[in-house]
Amino acid sequence: MHDSVIPTVRPLFRALATTFVPEAASLDERGWAEAEQIVAEFLAGRPAGVRRQLTLLLRLLDFLPLLRWGRRFRSLDAAHREQFLAAMQDAPLLLLRRGVWGVRTLAFMAYYARPAAAAAIGYRADPRGWEAPGRAAPGPATPRRVAGS
Amino acid sequence: MIRRDYDVVVVGSGAGGGTVAQELAPLVKDGVRVLVLEQGPRLADAEFTGRELEMADALYEDGGAFLTSDGAMTLAFGRALGGSTVVYTGTSLVAPERVIRGWAVPGLEHADVARRSAKFAAQNDVHLLEPDLINDNNRLFVEGCRAAGLAAEQFPLNVKGCKGSSLCNLGCPNAAKMGTARVQLPAAQSAGVQIVTRAEVLSIRDHALSVVVRAGREGEKGAPSEWEPGQYEVRARVVVVAGGAVGSPALLLRSGFGSRLPALGAGFTCHPAHILVAEHERPITNDVGHPKSYYLDRAAAEGYVLETCMYFPFTTAKNLTGFGPAHGALMRAFPRLQMILVLACDKAVPGNRVGVDRAGKPVVHYRFTPQTVEALVRATRTSAKIFFAAGALRVHAPSADPPLIERRDAGRVDALVAARHFRTGKVSVSAAHLMGGCAMGSVGEVARSVTDAWGRVHGVPWLRVADASLFPDSLEINPYLTIMALADRVAEGIRSEARDLLGAGDVRS
Ligand SMILES: Cc1cc2nc3c(=O)[nH]c(=O)nc-3n(C[C@H](O)[C@H](O)[C@H](O)COP(=O)(O)OP(=O)(O)OC[C@H]3O[C@@H](n4cnc5c(N)ncnc54)[C@H](O)[C@@H]3O)c2cc1C
Repeated sequence: MHDSVIPTVRPLFRALATTFVPEAASLDERGWAEAEQIVAEFLAGRPAGVRRQLTLLLRLLDFLPLLRWGRRFRSLDAAHREQFLAAMQDAPLLLLRRGVWGVRTLAFMAYYARPAAAAAIGYRADPRGWEAPGRAAPGPATPRRVAGS
Repeated sequence: MIRRDYDVVVVGSGAGGGTVAQELAPLVKDGVRVLVLEQGPRLADAEFTGRELEMADALYEDGGAFLTSDGAMTLAFGRALGGSTVVYTGTSLVAPERVIRGWAVPGLEHADVARRSAKFAAQNDVHLLEPDLINDNNRLFVEGCRAAGLAAEQFPLNVKGCKGSSLCNLGCPNAAKMGTARVQLPAAQSAGVQIVTRAEVLSIRDHALSVVVRAGREGEKGAPSEWEPGQYEVRARVVVVAGGAVGSPALLLRSGFGSRLPALGAGFTCHPAHILVAEHERPITNDVGHPKSYYLDRAAAEGYVLETCMYFPFTTAKNLTGFGPAHGALMRAFPRLQMILVLACDKAVPGNRVGVDRAGKPVVHYRFTPQTVEALVRATRTSAKIFFAAGALRVHAPSADPPLIERRDAGRVDALVAARHFRTGKVSVSAAHLMGGCAMGSVGEVARSVTDAWGRVHGVPWLRVADASLFPDSLEINPYLTIMALADRVAEGIRSEARDLLGAGDVRS
């Protein structure tokens, strides 16, 4: 899957992702590859303009901390990264707030759409429903009918 | 360009289009050629895996990531054979009398909507889930409501053989949900209606539809189209537009109808919703069992409805406010989470509308009115009280800052949840009940409506609309049965005018 975003900003994306999802810090290279592949596939389905805007936004988020701390986002410690993104999600400009929301969404997608993460948080939904192993079997079914009320 | 000729072409196969297809099917035996064009794919039963991103990508417009023009709200709607009824939850309610009266559409009576809704409820196997299939997530809602002095009601559901996968919004993996792809479209097809998937209608001009049929992407779910990929001109004596509240106005706007119909695209409403989450001390059954069995209707009194719900890991993560350790801790509590969906009854207001961009793609302009924000805040406060009354340790409320409210603060919910914390772009808001854009109204009243009470487009006798876009304002409850009822009227109108429109006999079955 061709991805024009992540490979150009990989360290920055990982710095952002681990701030949004601290658990992502424990991902090994295979875990990151899986997470980034999920994002790549999602972005591949979006218009080129969206991918360009995202790359710009990521770079903006990297540079903005220079104004306050004289360092890029990637070079901040964890506490300052969190402080910066918290300020951005409350920024007076809707454009910045929604930009942070969008990157946050990608980070959550990268981390939580992986089956391993779903299992780790105890998510167990199964197409077999009540019939899946370990789920209490429901009693006999006797539906009550109503006329669409 | 390949040319095809039909008598009636229905655009879209969701709650509206699927119903029209079935209800026009009796005409086929009189030689009337009926075609349904659906831009989405037809999935085989085995392709419904319940996997979150994979199914969202296959079944939703924009993979479920369609945003309003300012990026502040996600709109969820289907793009598949069966439209949004493939991913809906199947809650089946009849429109409230006061809402239909309030719409004041001449010729549209509540009794008629109710009668037709009952017909489709029966057809779709609508019933109350038996008590032993109710999971803890739903039970706690009922108990919490009771303890808070509120009366929860049970949702009638249209499921047959529900196994409780809880995966309704990713398409039922057990073929148990009675959407149009299970009930009305197969009935239409076996009566001779032709259905073509992966066929997007680009524009409609004077009885002619410009259609592109696409091949699926490599590895994409769904069967190939029934037609060869390519460009088609499909000619029809009657065209029924049922592309949904976003798709229909967008199609008619890019077809140039905006100049003669100034109300086209206007009046978009959508029940903006928050997903609220509460953490309990012990694990509860939440990701097994039907997710949405109960609701609390405060629409008339307070402008909101609360519904039980249960979502998937990424959807849940995205809908919580904030990030970092507190967010992660809540996610790790997944087996102990109870969820409530709060829906605001927003009103159709000037400015909230569907448009198209230069490429003809739909753009939805939507601003939250102060009334809608207040309704979301009131709904959040009530939900927090229900959660705590049900024994929750802490509640995640998007319009509180910080969003986590601990049990020791349960008495201060009214102060902690406030409209000033509702910051667009920061809080997650999504909507799945999309309405309006081709509003019904008085015959010929082009300034304020697009169609009459039978979905006839003003001044264009061969063009009809039959979906959620007909709603002149919010329905204030879950809409699919009402959409089917309105689509049933549109089909009846066509059948009764068949002689003039199609040169066929008057068929009123
Ligand atoms: C996640 C979710 C849960 C829901 N749960 C419930 C519920 O429990 N109860 C309830 O009452 N309602 C529910 N709804 C809402 C309900 O599903 C919709 O209101 C209803 O299906 C809308 O019907 P429609 O015919 O207007 O549009 P849709 O059902 O969305 O169908 C429109 C179809 O038209 C197609 N189309 C659009 N444009 C074109 C074009 N140009 N060419 C070809 N095809 C086109 C689309 O691909 C789509 O398949 C839910 C919706 C969602 C998304």
